[in-house]
Amino acid sequence: MNLDAILNVISAVCLIAGALLSLAAGVALLRFPDLMSRLHAATKPQSLGLLLALTGCGLRLRTGVDITTLVLVAVFQLATAPVAAHMVCRAGYRDQQVRADLLVTDDLAPVAEKLGRQRGDR
Amino acid sequence: MTVVVGAVALLLAVAGGLTLIRIVRGPSTLDRIVATDVLLAITVIAIAAGAAYYQDGTALPVLVVLSLLGFTGSVAVGRFAMRERR
Repeated sequence: MNLDAILNVISAVCLIAGALLSLAAGVALLRFPDLMSRLHAATKPQSLGLLLALTGCGLRLRTGVDITTLVLVAVFQLATAPVAAHMVCRAGYRDQQVRADLLVTDDLAPVAEKLGRQRGDR
Repeated sequence: MTVVVGAVALLLAVAGGLTLIRIVRGPSTLDRIVATDVLLAITVIAIAAGAAYYQDGTALPVLVVLSLLGFTGSVAVGRFAMRERR
């Protein structure tokens, strides 16, 4: 068993793990009850699943240019995915699409109430 | 490698189908946006798996563009999709 075969096996395992994370997110998007829990499940393939798939791809391609491109993709994705999730979550909270009965604690509630009283609405 | 990529394609197809159901059914715009983001991640993983299978890095710049611009849609809709239920 030479180095090429070992790298190919690791690459295959990484690709399958990334695809399994995507499947888990797809199931969770259908099954979870509200926006916040769906968002929690949805960000898994966006970061870990994508990193696993890119690792698998890089281990299989094994050339300098391709690996540089893949590292760029990973950096951009890690920089932008949290921004998108944060904006969606913020809009959902302000639109009161949070199911309060599912929350353990809501640290934003006092601030939101204070701001709402100042502005006269929520 | 063929079996592996076949399994990956099957898993990604099922995941994409479930995500599409959420995009169609999603009660609010924000649910649809979350599901669209997941669909974009699934697309990127599929392109990466294809590049790994054919050992051809031609499609990799597409991934750079997708990962750079994929979040602009969510941010724009997140800014303007407020107060839709009242």
